[in-house]
Amino acid sequence: MNAAVSGLRYRLFGSISNSLLTVAMLAAFVMLLPPLLRWAFFDATWAAASPDACRANGGACWAFIHEKYRLILFGRYPYEEQWRPLLALALAVVLVLASCSLRFGWRMVLGGWLLGTAIILLLMRGGTLGLAPVPTDLWGGLPLTVLLAIGGIVCAFPLAVLLALGRRSRLPVVKSICVATIEMVRGVPLVSVLFMASFMIPLFLPGRLQVDALLRALAAITLFSAAYLAEAIRGGLQAVSPGQEQAAAALGLTYWQTSLLVVLPQALRHAIPAIANLFIGLFKDTSLVGIVGLTDLLLAAKQALADPQWRTFIVEGYVFVALIYAAFCFFISRYSRALERRLRNER
Amino acid sequence: MKAAAVETERRAGGWNEPAFRALAIQVLVLAIVAGVVAFLGLNLVGNLEARSIRTGFGFLWQAASFEIGQSFIPYSADATFGTALLVGLLNTLVVALLGVILSTVAGTFVGIASLSRNPLVAPLATGYVELVRNVPLLLQLYVWYAVLTQMLPAAAAAPKLPFGVYLAKSGLHFPILHSGLWLVLAALFVGMVAAFAYGLLARRRADRFGGPPPLWPRALLLAGLPSLAFLFVAMTTPFDVPRPTRFGFSGGGQVSPELTALLIGLSLYNAAFIAEILRAGIMSVDRGQAEAAAALGLKRGQTMRLVVIPQALKVAVPPLANQYLNLAKNTSLAIAIGYPDLMSIGNTIINQTGQAVEVIAIMMAAYLAISLSISAFMNWYNARVALVGTQ
Repeated sequence: MNAAVSGLRYRLFGSISNSLLTVAMLAAFVMLLPPLLRWAFFDATWAAASPDACRANGGACWAFIHEKYRLILFGRYPYEEQWRPLLALALAVVLVLASCSLRFGWRMVLGGWLLGTAIILLLMRGGTLGLAPVPTDLWGGLPLTVLLAIGGIVCAFPLAVLLALGRRSRLPVVKSICVATIEMVRGVPLVSVLFMASFMIPLFLPGRLQVDALLRALAAITLFSAAYLAEAIRGGLQAVSPGQEQAAAALGLTYWQTSLLVVLPQALRHAIPAIANLFIGLFKDTSLVGIVGLTDLLLAAKQALADPQWRTFIVEGYVFVALIYAAFCFFISRYSRALERRLRNER
Repeated sequence: MKAAAVETERRAGGWNEPAFRALAIQVLVLAIVAGVVAFLGLNLVGNLEARSIRTGFGFLWQAASFEIGQSFIPYSADATFGTALLVGLLNTLVVALLGVILSTVAGTFVGIASLSRNPLVAPLATGYVELVRNVPLLLQLYVWYAVLTQMLPAAAAAPKLPFGVYLAKSGLHFPILHSGLWLVLAALFVGMVAAFAYGLLARRRADRFGGPPPLWPRALLLAGLPSLAFLFVAMTTPFDVPRPTRFGFSGGGQVSPELTALLIGLSLYNAAFIAEILRAGIMSVDRGQAEAAAALGLKRGQTMRLVVIPQALKVAVPPLANQYLNLAKNTSLAIAIGYPDLMSIGNTIINQTGQAVEVIAIMMAAYLAISLSISAFMNWYNARVALVGTQ
């Protein structure tokens, strides 16, 4: 006990500069913490129909969130139907968790994704089974953000595997095409890829074929994340000992049998931390679709803040959205660490 | 036995022969890629004709007829689209360069703080890193922009900060010197050359007589000479000081709220990543190294500067290069808060001329060039800091 106290005293007041730092920090805490707590909790208004109550109380106006949370979370999706995106969101999260849990074989996972995607699309678009049709330009909020992130990484995965294998290929033509694709996409910002998709896809497809804005954004995100994912998978491929490939070749396995059955399953295990980091980045980057006009979580919050009555409560609105993003990212990183640990123990 | 195997393989020929198969696959891949490109190209030509959009880069020499809020080269609405793109590129480069400098400084502070022994400082730094890294950059930019344009006072009510600086809705206003700046720059250049020369001499001396070369003469040359020149100029020529009026500020220099928000947002966001990279780099250096340095009688600062940091940089430079690349690419988020960077000016030009293919090609080429130059520079730097024999 005594040792702990003296250790703490050394760490707080070990030298003159350290003591000054400690005193300065304590002073800052004492000066900043009470006003912050008063603003966020004690003087805050939790529910009120008009912003006048907030102004009277002086603290944070959480009533803004109380008033607008449906708009922020679901964008312009019809109010009565908002249970549908909520259900679709839950289903998507369950699908991701189930496939990452590694309890199911790849046939089950693939089947689950096909079925799940069909149900999600049915729920979101409606038009059959008595569900009112909802065009994609009304989709928005958190479900759009999550669906774009998951859709982006799932669609990017096969492409990324091909690019990563192609980059290690011994065939010079295949290799150079893959290297050029990866490096070009990685060299430009996502915003420019989104712009390219939204301006150029209509020009590059036959005139009759119309692709809506959501699909164009998804295509851009897919291409963009495929390039980064390919590099993550390549890192994993390099970690697999060459003996594995040689052993597979000695057994008479073909290139695709070797790659898909022997090398990739091991490479993907090594790549899990990198892939999880990418997914966190991608989840945050989906906010850029707001720039090309899709009402994702962030743009929905911005639109809620455009209401002239509530427009002064910027901090409250953005804090709410930031907490949602942070919670998702925190959960993904914790989950990936747990997954990594489990795989290490199984080996 | 071996000859027989070769014989069967040769007789098998066709698809079972590796050389033929490799050739066939490559021809096939090439054919598919060429087919897709041709299909897209034909569609493009047809669509451009159907919409009567002009092609070619002739538009670069036409009058742009739109204003740009900030420009480092002469620009007016009479200037050409080409000039407008150049203005945008320069604005992007300025943000990228300042962002790299500011985020490195801030990231170093946070990184060191997160390694502090002080139990009050370290968790604060870690908390900052975790919070900032997990929230989208675009959201942070929106917050900074909203704070700077909506929560700050108007010009007339803006409080005067030290050195005649004002922070108001219209941006950051500060005193500037109209003449004599060249003297400061010249002094900075002379100081850099002198510091470099001194460094060479000091290293040679240290190699002969032992002991680490002292750092302070170089710091004095680098910071002292320009400061002296600045003091001289400041005493002899009057400053152009911003004065708040009812409708805004008159005189002085100004940084627009867009640029300020972009710089603050980008720097604080990237600082969190840089702090993590530097922390990981310093942690990667074996503790025995610092202990050995202490046993040799080196002081704490010397241990850091001469033993730990050179080894930490070896680990930190490649991810740092990646982070700078990200920062340069993230400057394109400027479009969301209305700073006239390359992306936002390109977007304006697309809306005016409809020539999306050409403009996007130019923008992508510019970003690729920026990315490649940063990679090349960081590769060179990495080769310098890497241990001999591990390059």
